[in-house]
Amino acid sequence: MTLVRTLLGASTLAALLSTTAAAQTETIKVGILHSLSGTMAISETTLKDVMLMLIEEQNKKGGVLGMQLEPVVVDPASDWPMFAEKARELIEVNEVAAVFGAWTSVSRKSVLPVFEELNSILFYPVQYEGQESQRNVFYTGAAPNQQAIPAVDYLMNEEGVERWYLAGTDYVYPRTTNQILEAYLKSKGVADEDIIVNYTPFGHSDWQTIVSEINSFGSAGKKTAVVSTINGDANVPFYIELGNQGISAEDIPVVAFSVGEEELAGLDTGPLVGHLAAWNYFMSIDTPENEEFITAWHDFIGNEDRVTNDPMEAHYIGFNMWVKAVEAAGTTDTDPVIDAMIGVAVPNLTGGISSMGANHHITKPVFVGEIQADGQFEVVWETPGLVLGDEWSDHLPESADLIADWRAPLSCGNFNVATGSCGGAIQ
Amino acid sequence: MFLRALTFMLGLWVSALPLAAQSFDDLLTRLPQGSFSDRATVVSALAATGDLRAAAVLDALGAGELHVRPSDGALLRVTGRGTNLRGTDVLTGDAVEVAPRSTEAVRVNNSLRRTVRAAMGVLTLRDPDPMRRLNAAEAAFRAPDPEQLEAIDLALDAEDDARVRAALIQARATTILRGDAPVAERVEAVETIRERSPRVVIAALAPYRADTQPEVAEAAADAVATAERTLQLWSQAQNVWFGLSLGSVLLLAAVGLAITFGVMGVINMAHGELVMLGAYTTFVVQNAIRVHAPHLFDWSLLIAAPLAFGFAGLVGVAIERGIVRHLYGRPLETLLATWGVSLILQQAVRSAFGPNNREVGNPSWMSGAFEIGQLTITWNRLWIVVFALVVFAVLMFVMRRTPIGLQMRAVTQNRAMAGNMGIRTSWVDAMTFGLGAGIAGLAGVALSQIDNVSPNLGQNYIVDSFMVVVFGGAGNIWGTLAAAFSLGIVNKFLEPYAGAVLAKIVILVAIILFIQKRPRGLFAVKGRAVEA
Repeated sequence: MTLVRTLLGASTLAALLSTTAAAQTETIKVGILHSLSGTMAISETTLKDVMLMLIEEQNKKGGVLGMQLEPVVVDPASDWPMFAEKARELIEVNEVAAVFGAWTSVSRKSVLPVFEELNSILFYPVQYEGQESQRNVFYTGAAPNQQAIPAVDYLMNEEGVERWYLAGTDYVYPRTTNQILEAYLKSKGVADEDIIVNYTPFGHSDWQTIVSEINSFGSAGKKTAVVSTINGDANVPFYIELGNQGISAEDIPVVAFSVGEEELAGLDTGPLVGHLAAWNYFMSIDTPENEEFITAWHDFIGNEDRVTNDPMEAHYIGFNMWVKAVEAAGTTDTDPVIDAMIGVAVPNLTGGISSMGANHHITKPVFVGEIQADGQFEVVWETPGLVLGDEWSDHLPESADLIADWRAPLSCGNFNVATGSCGGAIQ
Repeated sequence: MFLRALTFMLGLWVSALPLAAQSFDDLLTRLPQGSFSDRATVVSALAATGDLRAAAVLDALGAGELHVRPSDGALLRVTGRGTNLRGTDVLTGDAVEVAPRSTEAVRVNNSLRRTVRAAMGVLTLRDPDPMRRLNAAEAAFRAPDPEQLEAIDLALDAEDDARVRAALIQARATTILRGDAPVAERVEAVETIRERSPRVVIAALAPYRADTQPEVAEAAADAVATAERTLQLWSQAQNVWFGLSLGSVLLLAAVGLAITFGVMGVINMAHGELVMLGAYTTFVVQNAIRVHAPHLFDWSLLIAAPLAFGFAGLVGVAIERGIVRHLYGRPLETLLATWGVSLILQQAVRSAFGPNNREVGNPSWMSGAFEIGQLTITWNRLWIVVFALVVFAVLMFVMRRTPIGLQMRAVTQNRAMAGNMGIRTSWVDAMTFGLGAGIAGLAGVALSQIDNVSPNLGQNYIVDSFMVVVFGGAGNIWGTLAAAFSLGIVNKFLEPYAGAVLAKIVILVAIILFIQKRPRGLFAVKGRAVEA
């Protein structure tokens, strides 16, 4: 008897549930493709959280097109082929309207064919080496001209740096960035013997030789700076060694492109004060938008000590742009949304308005900040206006003639202005 | 002498007073405006007024705490963050109420900070505190300004502290060299600067190799060449030291594996994770100390070491009892099972502590560096070398001189015979594995000082550890010691020529070739034990 009653109760409940679900109309699914385990979890977990927060906030405002948004989170586990598999799963099985995700360039390259084949949309929030523009991808992180080149300009003009030590981890982003920087520095009249390029393996932990080399390279009577594209975990031992060998920022400043608030959180920042980073956003930037964002983040994550960083702002901008484009297009279908994205402008967190260019890159301000004792950055310089991401670097001969323009009728990611044809170079 | 200088200064001060007072306020209002280079000019001018109030302004500016209140242009020193701000008027020193966002920071960058340091130098050359005078003289040496020559001469006349005098003489030399003094004086200045350490000599004199006065250029070139030769010699010693230091890290990471893999023959892929657990133990201990007993912070590593040994050892025993003992004699299955364990441990730590790096602080005795000749030795590396050797010595003692060590050797050499003699072989297996794991935990304590404390910590060391043990000869702990230090030193001699990436590849290839020739490693275990 009890069994029958339980069964009956359960089936009524199920019926009730299914009717409420049906009454609630459909949801729009948004894919989140960030590693939650493995080596990249350290950086990507935060981006998953910020996406959940943005979606929750949008739902409170009534969702998009009158429908609620539903996040679909998958874990590609820092495994590059897995990124492609999970992207396919998001698009084919979960039928998401857009995907926000990827961090390393390898993971982005591995999902590109999937997005192209299944015609979906990816928002990529991390600074990268450029030399790419794909129809299905919107690049909300910095291209080299939005980070590396302004930083070098700053050091050259404001600090009077004449010798350059380019230190990077051995993979595609540092190699391409350093190639661009080397070409740029030489075009500014820096001599060959005043540039050293050095690569180290991932997770390099023994920096003694390199730091002592930097020390002697920097004590030749010319002002010297280190441009660091050292990635992830290798930074901590690098800065510890710098501090211990007594290299201060006033003598040899280090400007880093991969060190933000999140990376400094695991470090004793005392010896690092004065070293630099170039980003498009700093948590310390004092604007009402930023304050609101930080408060919302602290409320969402339930921890006052958590920091915000540049890729989080990139997701903030990218997500708001997508919402605006979907509302303009009146649908979440890929093709109309891609067309509506170009020209969309939304406020960023630093007091400006970022807009999406025809090359699928966005306009951003560039800030150079100095590390402070509390693990935050103090802005010491910023570009006078916003800078549009330059997908094909003008400083490399093989890409100087290329542009990307995804508006009809050109609709091409690598148009060669010299020959007037699309498909000017290898993607 | 001192009196004369004082009256001179006083006279200068009084005569310049009306002008200085007027332009001082004027300069203050100009300080927050313009670009960094404009601000640098104002800073130098402020210092040149000789107004004692300038020191307070520049001190606040150098610390990045100088703010301006846009409503009335008042300069305030503001400390604290967010809503918890404290303000003082820089000129009067009175406390001032500061509401968030009501003031703007006067921005400083590195080059402005250098200017401030040099300007403070001028202002503090006559400070009563000899340490501050020394810093001021150093600052004047690094940023020579011919206009300050008179001030330096005056300070030199009044100086009675020998160290500060020496620094002032050096500062005077760079200042003369920078100015347009006669050739003889400038050559003499070069000779004075020559006495400093080679690196300083190169930094100070290299630009003068292209001087317009040929005598000066020649003297500078000669001094720089000598300094470079000295550095060249020292760099060999430097490489040996770096190699020893890298070797000690390899030794620490590998010596536990030398027991579990070398002596017992268990391929333990979770070895790196045991190291990681040791590092996290250090983190937990430091956290507890920070909260409950901050005065013990300098002892945190010594407190963490036995706990890390114990914890990693327990986990090791659990792995052996739970998994490895069922798989003795089946190396492939052991490899896969322990690899699985390593993934479980990593993700467990990631779930418990989060994926981010955890901050493990350096106790004061592990920070900084000292110099022997031209060799910079950092304290943390030195202590890690010492720690590695102590751990190794204790391990050797345990293996050679204690009953448990005797039993371990007996069981690994001839299990059946040892069992017949009444040794509980399974218990000895667990203890041996636990010992190796515990030592891995100790390695974690040391590595927490030089590497990230993150769930991935262990992965970076597992390959290197196996490399060291195989190269040294499995089963021979002395071989592990020799292999760790020789690999460290060879790596560090290769690195300046080949780069870090290539050096690593070259070493791997060399080891592969070496193992082809001598499959049992550097020091092969000989005798009947080999067959057992």
